[in-house]
Amino acid sequence: MLEIHNLSAGVDGKEILRGLNLSVRAGEVHAIMGPNGSGKSTLAQVLAGRGEYAVTSGTVTFNGVSLLEMKPEERARAGVFLAFQYPVEIPGVNSTVFLKAAFNECRKARGEQELDAVEFLALVKKKTKLLELDPALLNRAVNEGFSGGEKKRNEIFQMAVLEPKLAILDETDSGLDIDALRIVSGGVNKLRRPDNATLVITHYQRLLNYIVPDRVHVLAQGQIIKSGGKELALELEQRGYDWLLAGAASNGKP
Amino acid sequence: MMETLAQTDREPATAPFLEGELGPGPAWLQSLREKARLRLGEIGFPTTDQEEWRFTNVAPLLKWPLHAAEPGARSISAAEIKPFRLADDGYCLVFVDGRFRADLSNLPGQDAELQAGSLRAQWDGDGRELEQHLARHAACDANFFTALNTASFEDGAFVSVPAEAVVEQPVQLLYLAASERPGAAVHARNLIVAHSGGSVKVIETYASLTEAPHLTNTVTELALGPGARVEHCKLQNENAGAFHIAAVQAVQSRNSHWLSHSIATGARLARNQIQTRFNAEGAEAILNGLYLARGDQLIDHHTVVDHAQPHCESHEFYYGILSGRSHGVFNGKIFVRKDAQKTNAKQTNRNLVLSEHALINTKPQLEIFADDVKCTHGATVGQLNDEALFYLRSRGIGADLARQMLVRAFANDAVERITLPQVRAYLDQLLTGLFEGLDTSLAGHGQ
Repeated sequence: MLEIHNLSAGVDGKEILRGLNLSVRAGEVHAIMGPNGSGKSTLAQVLAGRGEYAVTSGTVTFNGVSLLEMKPEERARAGVFLAFQYPVEIPGVNSTVFLKAAFNECRKARGEQELDAVEFLALVKKKTKLLELDPALLNRAVNEGFSGGEKKRNEIFQMAVLEPKLAILDETDSGLDIDALRIVSGGVNKLRRPDNATLVITHYQRLLNYIVPDRVHVLAQGQIIKSGGKELALELEQRGYDWLLAGAASNGKP
Repeated sequence: MMETLAQTDREPATAPFLEGELGPGPAWLQSLREKARLRLGEIGFPTTDQEEWRFTNVAPLLKWPLHAAEPGARSISAAEIKPFRLADDGYCLVFVDGRFRADLSNLPGQDAELQAGSLRAQWDGDGRELEQHLARHAACDANFFTALNTASFEDGAFVSVPAEAVVEQPVQLLYLAASERPGAAVHARNLIVAHSGGSVKVIETYASLTEAPHLTNTVTELALGPGARVEHCKLQNENAGAFHIAAVQAVQSRNSHWLSHSIATGARLARNQIQTRFNAEGAEAILNGLYLARGDQLIDHHTVVDHAQPHCESHEFYYGILSGRSHGVFNGKIFVRKDAQKTNAKQTNRNLVLSEHALINTKPQLEIFADDVKCTHGATVGQLNDEALFYLRSRGIGADLARQMLVRAFANDAVERITLPQVRAYLDQLLTGLFEGLDTSLAGHGQ
C-alpha cells in the first residue's frame, strides 16, 4: 500500500530525513519509534503534504500512485489521513461544518454520493459513541478550547468519519491519560480492516500495548536503523535507543 | 507659499458646492442650512493634505458630472427591491434616489408603538421633535460632507420610540440608487430618537439598482434618552463605481446603550464616520465593524468615541478583509475628557490582508485627560494562518474552499455581534457570494 524509497526531506534547508525506506502492506500496523529529533514528525508531515517540507530525493508510492506530486487535499481524498500531534485551533470554523465539507469532498473524489445533513449527522452520532466524544464539542469551532485529550480524541473521531486507507498517528498518545489512551486506541483498533493500514508514530512503547503493531521500526538521524516485530518495542522500552545509535554510528551511517 | 497654493486650489473645488439650492423645510431648518453652507466655504473641499482625509482622496468627485439625483426617471417595482428587504412584513422605509417611496414602504400604523416616516412628512406636520434634534447632533463645523448634507438634504427617515416602548420588530431604511445617468448625488438624512427606556433596532441599507457611478452622502443622527437601547446596523453594498460618504452620530444619555454595526462591502470609495458622545454617566457603546474590500476599492472608517462623562464604557471591534489592490483605512479616536473618571474604553482593529498589493492604514488615537481610566487598544494586520489552512486541506478540503472558510471565520466574529437574525442571514448569503469570488491566491503559502 505504501512504499517509501530512499526518501530525503528537510525544512529551511536542513536535511532531516536521509534516505528513508519503508514498506507497509494493507491490513498492517507499523510503529515508528525513535528518539527526539530523529525525524518522526517530519515523516508524518511529508506524507501528508505539508508545503514547508522540501523533498530532496526519493519516491513515495501509495496504492500505485506517486504521492509526492499530490496536493494535501488530493492525498486526503485518496485515503491518507494524518492525526496531528498538535491539532490547530481554528476559531470561527464550526467543527461539524468543517467535517461535513471534508467528508463530502472525499466522497465526491471517490465518485460517491454526498451525504445530506441528516444522513451525515446520523453518521457523526455513531462515530462519537465509538470515541466516547462529547457531541457538544462538535457545535464548537474546530479544536477551539478543547483540552489536550479532547483534541487527540477529535483527531481519531475525524479518522473514524473519513475512513482513510492509510492513517498516520503522530504521537497520538502524548498528553493522554490512561483512560483516554484506552478509548482512543480502542477506536483505532475497531477501525482496523484488511484493506487499510496504520502508521503509529510514538515515543513510548505504552501505546503499543493497546494498538499492537505488526512491525516496529526505529527511526534515527533520518533513517530506519532497525526493524523488528512487536517485541522490538519492549526491548526499546527496556534498553533505550543508545545501543542502537551506537551500532548505527559504528556502521558508518550518518 | 504652500499655504496660498492650497487655498487657491481649494476655492474652485468648493465653489460648485456653494451654488446649489438649499434643501426644503421650515424656517428653523433653513437657518441651519444656511449656516451649514457658510461652513462649507470655510472648511473647503477635503484634500489629502488634511489629516482626516490623508489616505482617502475624494478629488475624483470633482471630475464627475455631479448633479442632484432626479427621482422617478425609472419606475421601480416591489419585486426589484425585494432582495434588499430583510423581512417581508417588517417596517421598511424605501428611498429611491433619495426620494421617499410610500408605495414601496411599510410604515407602522397609527396605533403602533413607534413612529416612523419621512422627514418631510414630519416637518410638514408637528415638527417639534424634529426641531429639537435634527441637525443638532452631527457637527458641521469640521466635516465638509456633513455640512453639505445639512445644507442640501431633500428627505430622509425619522424614527422615534416613545418612553419605555420596546419595539421588537426592526425598522429598515432602504436607500437605493437607480439613476442611469452617471454622477447622481443623493444627500440622505436620518434621525432616530429613542426616548427614556425605549428600545429599537434600525437597519440602514445602501445599495444600487444601477451600474452608473453615483454619490451617496448620508448623515444619521441618533439621540438616546436615559436608559434607551438602540441597535443600529448600517449595511453598505453600493456599486463598484459609487462614492459613499456617511456620518453616523449618536448622543447618549445616562445608562443608554448603543450597539452600532457598520458592514461595508461596496462602493469604489466608502468613508464611514461613526461617532458617539456620552453626555451622562453609565452609558455604553459597542462599535462593531466589518469591511471587505476587493479590486481597487477603498473603504475608510473613522470612529470617534467621546467619553465626555465619567463611568461610561465603550467596546470597539473593527475587522477588515482586504484583497486585490484594495485599500483599507481605520482611524479610531477615543477622547476621555478631564472629568471622565472610571472610563472603560477598548478598541480592537484586526485586518486580514489577502494580497501583497492590498494596503491598510490603521491608527488608534487615544486622547486621555482623566487619570482613573482603563483604555486599551490593539491593531493587527495578518495573513491567513498557514497551519490552519494545511489542517483543513489535510482533511480533503480544497485550497480555495479552505481559504474561504478561514476568511469567513475571520468575518464571523463581527457578524455574530449582530443580534438580528434576518441581518445575519442576509450577510451569510452576501458574504458567501463575495468570498467565492475573492482572489485569495496570494493568501497562505501552501501549494
